[in-house]
Amino acid sequence: MLLLEAMGTTLAMTAIGCVLGFLIAFVIVFLRQTPGLWALPIRFLAICYVEVFRRIPFLVVIYLVLFFIRSIVSEVSLFTIAVVAICIYSTAYTADIIRGGFESVSRQQIEAARAMNFSRWQTLMNVIVPQSWPVILPPAVAFAISFIKDTALVSQVGVFELTFRGKELNNEGFSALLVFGTIAFLYFLMSYPLSRWGRWLEQRLASSPSQRSKQRLRPAYSP
Amino acid sequence: MHHLQVKDLSSAYGPLTVLKGVNFTLAKGETAALIGPSGSGKSTVLRVLMGLNKPTGGEVLIDGAALDYSRPASVRAARERMAIVFQQYNLFQNMSVLRNVTIAPVKIKGRPRKEVEAEAERLLSKVGLADKHHAYPDELSGGQQQRVAIARALALRPQILLLDEVTSALDPELVNEVLDTIRGLAADGMTMLIVSHEMAFVREVATKVVMMDEGLVVEQGPPEQIFGAPKTDRAREFVGKILRH
Repeated sequence: MLLLEAMGTTLAMTAIGCVLGFLIAFVIVFLRQTPGLWALPIRFLAICYVEVFRRIPFLVVIYLVLFFIRSIVSEVSLFTIAVVAICIYSTAYTADIIRGGFESVSRQQIEAARAMNFSRWQTLMNVIVPQSWPVILPPAVAFAISFIKDTALVSQVGVFELTFRGKELNNEGFSALLVFGTIAFLYFLMSYPLSRWGRWLEQRLASSPSQRSKQRLRPAYSP
Repeated sequence: MHHLQVKDLSSAYGPLTVLKGVNFTLAKGETAALIGPSGSGKSTVLRVLMGLNKPTGGEVLIDGAALDYSRPASVRAARERMAIVFQQYNLFQNMSVLRNVTIAPVKIKGRPRKEVEAEAERLLSKVGLADKHHAYPDELSGGQQQRVAIARALALRPQILLLDEVTSALDPELVNEVLDTIRGLAADGMTMLIVSHEMAFVREVATKVVMMDEGLVVEQGPPEQIFGAPKTDRAREFVGKILRH
């Protein structure tokens, strides 16, 4: 029961951190691609964020977040700290995935939108995002799934996630092999269905919009 | 007053000057063709008019009012009055034919969706694609995609339609279906500026021919003059070469 609860914590941390990270990464990429001289500092900061946080080990990010937040506000839960750390880290990684996706959309598509007076935001939401989705989503999902395992590192600061519970049970006298064997199985149980779903998503997105449209229109049962 | 006036227009790609002072005018309802060898700057003229390339000098006037391409509001105004059809169609691959045609009038111009859809259906019928509303670009032939692109441009209700080598990416058997559509537009009195290598078509449809070479207008006049009795040596040489083939 304790392990299931810890499993829920692990999944919740990963899901909240990665989804928030993805949304923030989206904004960062948008800012990074802002044209014009006036946006130079914005572009610089966006690039710095991605380049810096991609090169720092996740454990260091966790400690940085822990001590930084605790120095400002003392009453913050470890769960929140873990989510913030995951969010910061996943933002940096997914920003590069999103940027690659946006850049995969041909220049002609963007010019067609500009010629019709689409704003930058309208071009992004109507043309770039729908076309880059198939490029962005599979690696972003793969990153989030692999991150489920990396969240084990937040046990270092005492978050009651799966690995931390394992350590506790082991300290209480349970066999280390049994405890960590069970934990390894639970990590597999969380990751495997999600990675299958990721693969299904990849295959589905690899088809063209016209094929996807036909799949949507196909009746669920045909005699 | 000229509907469109291009005065001493110049433009560059980095250090390479592509337009070196282009001058021509277009009257309402006129179909002008920009001709000339590859690299002479014909497509760049259209791109500058649409604000896709920045001019480095000169002036563009629509109905006597100058457009300042350094101001976003002025570029938007230019794009409200002109629409372009690209050589590679540039249809949005993630949208159906109907949505390709309706998205800008609905989302950008804020016109009622029902009204725009009715107009889009009329335009698609006009270009012979009444049965392709729900198809996606990758399900259409090049000629069909180009006709959708023309319908999409017309849905913007432009005062001037710019056509950039709209048949050069098409298989020969698909060229005529697009040219027929343009013939129809010319007959309807649409003001058009066409970049084309289809000289027989230019001779037939254009009311004015502007010949360019190395970023300059070499000669302009009615097709009979340009193709029959060109006044400049360069125009004579160019026309001589193309008419031999």
